[in-house]
Amino acid sequence: MIRRRLFTAALSLAAVIALVFLLLPLVAIFLRAPPGELFAQLGSKVAIDAIVVTLKANVIAQALILVVGTPAAYLIAKHGFRGRAFVVTLVELPLVLPPAVAGIGLLAAFGRLGLLGDTFDLLGVSIGFTQTAVVLAVTYVASPFYLRQAIASFEALDNALLDASRTLGAGPARTFFRIALPLAGKGLAAGAALSFARGIGEFGATIMFAGSLQGVTQTLSLAIYAQLDLNIDVALALGALLVLVSAAILLTIKVLPAWTRSGSTSLFPFARFGSS
Amino acid sequence: MDTLRLDFSLPLRSFRLELALAVGRETFALVGPSGAGKTSVLRAVAGLLRPERGRIALDGRVLFDAAAKIDRPPEERRVGFVFQEYALFPHMTVEQNVVYAGRTRSAEVLERFRIAHLAKARPAELSGGERQRVGLARALAREPDVLLLDEPLSALDTHTRAGVRAELKDLLDQLDLPVLLVTHDFQDAAVLASRGAVLVDGRLRQIGTPAELIAAPSDAFVASFMGANLLSGSARLGLGGLTEVTLDDGSVLYSVDAAEGLVDIAVYPWEVSIAREPTRDSALNHVRGPITSLVHIENRARVQVGALVGEVTTASVERLNLKEGEFVVASFKAAATRLVARSSDTRG
Repeated sequence: MIRRRLFTAALSLAAVIALVFLLLPLVAIFLRAPPGELFAQLGSKVAIDAIVVTLKANVIAQALILVVGTPAAYLIAKHGFRGRAFVVTLVELPLVLPPAVAGIGLLAAFGRLGLLGDTFDLLGVSIGFTQTAVVLAVTYVASPFYLRQAIASFEALDNALLDASRTLGAGPARTFFRIALPLAGKGLAAGAALSFARGIGEFGATIMFAGSLQGVTQTLSLAIYAQLDLNIDVALALGALLVLVSAAILLTIKVLPAWTRSGSTSLFPFARFGSS
Repeated sequence: MDTLRLDFSLPLRSFRLELALAVGRETFALVGPSGAGKTSVLRAVAGLLRPERGRIALDGRVLFDAAAKIDRPPEERRVGFVFQEYALFPHMTVEQNVVYAGRTRSAEVLERFRIAHLAKARPAELSGGERQRVGLARALAREPDVLLLDEPLSALDTHTRAGVRAELKDLLDQLDLPVLLVTHDFQDAAVLASRGAVLVDGRLRQIGTPAELIAAPSDAFVASFMGANLLSGSARLGLGGLTEVTLDDGSVLYSVDAAEGLVDIAVYPWEVSIAREPTRDSALNHVRGPITSLVHIENRARVQVGALVGEVTTASVERLNLKEGEFVVASFKAAATRLVARSSDTRG
């Protein structure tokens, strides 16, 4: 009896330690300065610049990810071809890649002295340390999150629905837009939210490939790092902002039901949510 | 006149689907066990599977011709396909599902299939029978040249099945279209189709009307698929021009069919009568033994005596006071039997 209680107590203790450890830094950000003070710091030039750079780069990166990633995921998910599993693994590789490796890789590919540097030079384009570089870095680290989820969502689609669409006179394009996209929509949205969350917080690849120039390539994460020695209150305010944004994204993902059902092949979850 | 002509060869996972078939303006049933390749035939006609060799033509229009490198995509084939679980689009209403087929006369179609009152409903809210009507309405809204039905009744529970089957029968009778129907249930095929074929492991075993398939099954598999009892034995010419079949247990049965060597005697349950005592009637064949099982189905009962199943009315069961374990005599006429060759690749 006592042993059993002891064990339960040990479990509870472990849970409390884990929770406190995970939450304490987040709470600390908000406790270091009063909320009014934090909010005021967001009005500073460096904060506004960072917000603008981050938003701009992420909106463009997300657009690129959705426009290119969605058809690519559909192809990988629904068209059997040799080496499919290998391709899916390749897509997932950047997920586990250290950000510094992504940064040096981008430099090696697109930098002035990189693989495609001469080509860009000829075209009069220089990518390194520009906003284009921020967009590329964000796209590179964030897109696998979307691709992975999009492939899973399309795979979960009942093939009979796509076949039915074809026999009803719809070509492959109409089938994609009218049947596959709407039915995979919830899963795609969850994937986009995840990749957006990853993109907003991007640090390592960006600082290596794009640098940290205020108003040009300095994103929120980079500004927090830069302000650490200059004005800790600005760093805290930007940190608080990112905590709130991240929490909002997490909530969005949790509320999207398809996120938890992306592995299901049943029609009914889609049907139920579609009719609500 | 034949309107749908198939002659193709298509490798599937464990065997090759190979068949030649001509279907006129009739309902033609492909029956067979699951995994026999029935659905693959429909998918090949619809353009969802590409045969390796051969030709598929509809009303003289070539849909597929391997030699001429013609392979029309599904959307250009003018086929109506009703999928096994109906494959209704869950994010669309009934009306949107029907309109998706691209014709504007959706109101008329909804009315004809008695689903006008469900126009704004989603598929998830419909009963099995209603879903089937929507699936049919959607497939026919495009005015296809052929209707393909994949196990149209298997998604329904036994309760609604008979009603929906009768409804489907009425509809198919009114259609002036070739209909290719796939089912693993011979009873469904017998009700719905004017002709049928038995497909086993990718090959057609026999083609005929349901009555022909029942009356003269070409082999043991077809016979058992039609619901016949199969008793294995060895046949030789006996007295009076009858064939004498010695069963594996030593008992002897008689058939009017001529055969020699290893055979199966096929006899349908409804040809078997059950009595308490051996009777002096015209039946030559008698099997005596205890009733091993007695199952009631609606107004009939299936009575098993040894390897033989007889079907008798519930009234007879009561009159004779039949119970499991009691000794009875199961009898059938030599004229009610068919002798079918036992083939090594036959499965039960």
